[in-house]
Amino acid sequence: MCLGIPGQLVELCADNDQLARVEIAGVRRVINIGLLEDEVLAPGDWVLIHVGFAMSKIDEDEAAMALASLQLMGSGLDDEMRMLRGTTP
Amino acid sequence: MRFVDEYRDPVAARRVLERIRELADPDRHYKLMEVCGGHTHTIYRHGIEHVLPQNVELVHGPGCPVCVIPMGRIDDAIALAETPGVIFTSFGDMMRVPGSHGSLLEAKARGADVRFVYSPLDALQLAVENPDREVVFFAVGFETTAPSTAVTLVTAREDGVANFSVFSNHVTIVPPIKAILDSPDLRLDGFLGPGHVSTVVGNHPYRFVARDYGKPLVTAGFEPLDILQAVAMLLAQLREGRCEVENQYTRIVRDEGNPRALRFLAEVFELRPHFEWRGLGFIAQSALKLREEFAPWDAELRFAVPGVRVADPKACQCGEVLKGVLKPWECKVFGTACTPETPIGTCMVSSEGACAAYYSFGRLHREAAVTLGRVTG
Repeated sequence: MCLGIPGQLVELCADNDQLARVEIAGVRRVINIGLLEDEVLAPGDWVLIHVGFAMSKIDEDEAAMALASLQLMGSGLDDEMRMLRGTTP
Repeated sequence: MRFVDEYRDPVAARRVLERIRELADPDRHYKLMEVCGGHTHTIYRHGIEHVLPQNVELVHGPGCPVCVIPMGRIDDAIALAETPGVIFTSFGDMMRVPGSHGSLLEAKARGADVRFVYSPLDALQLAVENPDREVVFFAVGFETTAPSTAVTLVTAREDGVANFSVFSNHVTIVPPIKAILDSPDLRLDGFLGPGHVSTVVGNHPYRFVARDYGKPLVTAGFEPLDILQAVAMLLAQLREGRCEVENQYTRIVRDEGNPRALRFLAEVFELRPHFEWRGLGFIAQSALKLREEFAPWDAELRFAVPGVRVADPKACQCGEVLKGVLKPWECKVFGTACTPETPIGTCMVSSEGACAAYYSFGRLHREAAVTLGRVTG
């Protein structure tokens, strides 16, 4: 539940500056970026995502590391990805 | 994967372990509590407890949001889910937590409209799509998760979504740490501070641990090397007679946390006078309720919630596990009556729960360690 999943920004939503489309382990979905203060985000940037919200901007290495950890968690990541796919807005 | 390799590098790990062995006084036994369930998971997954010197013991703490929700609140959630007209939404890991009359999953099987959501925003979207239904979101989690609920509530108010409400079970990290420090059951030498909660609250809220209780705390990341480095930092403090709040996870956690997330929390939530924690009992000002301005979106005000306190099943020792008094394998029902498939207690449900993590990974490391004579029984 406290998992952070790394996602890569695909595009910022033109009609709502709180939202961005990201790709998370091959799945695309819209997330909320409203909690990131003073961070300039651009397509290609990586963020750590928790329950549909970007919590921190991270670098590519950190993203790779977080994903590798999650893959080791097995069911933890599976559950998270199932949720993600099941409710893609 | 340069960075990953760096944090999994056995040579680097051996160097830190050497440092840990140098720092640990052989005549002393160290008990260090990892507050966060994510850390517990890493520790069991990688067998960290068995590479540490035997006198450096890691003790699991209360930082698993699913685990600390008491049975009565699960019953309340099920009552809400069974209210006619309600679509009850929950994160997946809450679905299997047993209440006194079964879990949300069983309520769903009986006909309640219970749905998994990935994000509170998905629950809000469901409300928009189903204007003739009442959508209730089962909000759980520490300060990592609570800002997301806060943003969702602000959005619901801005967009005038009247058929959405939140059943708040958000809890805060500092009061249980204080409760554990005040408890006579356990003598701890220091804490590994929670990584992701600290991205929101920062490191300042932990100062009381050093100042008032004379214990060091090091906020740690989730890689095996992060945990080892944090252990070394704690031992260095103890060795040098220092007692400070330090940050090992500087690549993510800032001392001041995330001010915007904290502003959202302050706008939407206030502290409850009391909240019951599984195993820790009632702790004053340890949980978040919606402020009066958000009363129209507060499920506890809009629906009849039983609010009955329910004692844990007698066989269940999650309370002792959450306080770090018992290790998972010391619980009477661990792995026999209580398994991830048929959990009796919460610690066996969530992947961050100490029992589930130990069941999946730890016991294999432990069996190997016992065989090799590293630990006894």
